[in-house]
Amino acid sequence: MTVSAELDLQSFVLLRLGERRFAIAANQIAELVAPSRVFRFPHRTPKIEGVILRRGRIVPVCDVAETLTGKRLTARRFYLIAVRGYGTHNEWVALPVTGECELINAEMSATSASDAPHVAGWLSHDGDVIEVLNIDALTPGPEDNLAETAAIGAREARP
Amino acid sequence: MPPAAPVKSSPARAEQIILFRISGQIFAVSSSSVQEVRSADSMAGLTVEITAPGLRKVHHVAQRGDKSLFVVNGSAHFGLAPSPGALIFVLRKTRTALLIDGIEKMASMTRLQALPRSFCHEERLWYRGLTALDQTVVPVVHPEGFLTSEELAMLDAALPPAGSAGEDAVEGSGPAQ
Repeated sequence: MTVSAELDLQSFVLLRLGERRFAIAANQIAELVAPSRVFRFPHRTPKIEGVILRRGRIVPVCDVAETLTGKRLTARRFYLIAVRGYGTHNEWVALPVTGECELINAEMSATSASDAPHVAGWLSHDGDVIEVLNIDALTPGPEDNLAETAAIGAREARP
Repeated sequence: MPPAAPVKSSPARAEQIILFRISGQIFAVSSSSVQEVRSADSMAGLTVEITAPGLRKVHHVAQRGDKSLFVVNGSAHFGLAPSPGALIFVLRKTRTALLIDGIEKMASMTRLQALPRSFCHEERLWYRGLTALDQTVVPVVHPEGFLTSEELAMLDAALPPAGSAGEDAVEGSGPAQ
């Protein structure tokens, strides 16, 4: 392997949701933890199940499986705690996953215009083509509320 | 990449809170935000019905001097299963009287963590934040989060004519301890 090829390699964490595997850039992962009690309380944000307590922090649990695979998870083995950016501010978000996670080094291919916003790129690994996830686009945040408000406004503005 | 420390936290000072229950869900409110606690029965004869189209969480209003106090059904507000409601919190510096099922206990809160930004809808108005008590996470409600200014305007527009609401309906009871 040449020096230039090595420089293109990045670290990714592979995660499993049902039958499919996805990847997240390793620098966006805080830790992998065993499932713990999810505390639920009333709210209106889709995909957020509740929160877990982790090292004194209250971490929202976001089930992204339905968005990515079309099915909700029926079982979960771990929470992959990812770092979600909100402008200059970062927060943890726990993603339920159904299997072991794996750290790999791979070269990421760029997205195309037809890819969904939650796709940050593509990997080729073990004969599979794997989506690299953009956590910021995949998990809820203030921009979702703004988009929803704009959509409601547009609907109301229709004659 | 380590996340930034929570934006809003108060690590040193303890705050007295009341844990209360609505439809089986536990919430907390600062005790200093609760002006009075009354039984729902004692309020029943002192309020008049009100109907604001599209606002199903308020069915009663009490007149307190020149101020109308709207009784917000907690289960309807939070979208929980309907419950009869046994107690009412009159919330200080608001026009809200909150109908709840019961009080669990008083507690001391030493740290309030800001609601994670993943929560991005009405709950940001509802809650001041979250607190961990006895290995449980409890949402701490915002007293002013039960009625928005738009909802108050709708309710004001739906008020019955002056004199028909129970005058000074909630005067005379003691403050929450």
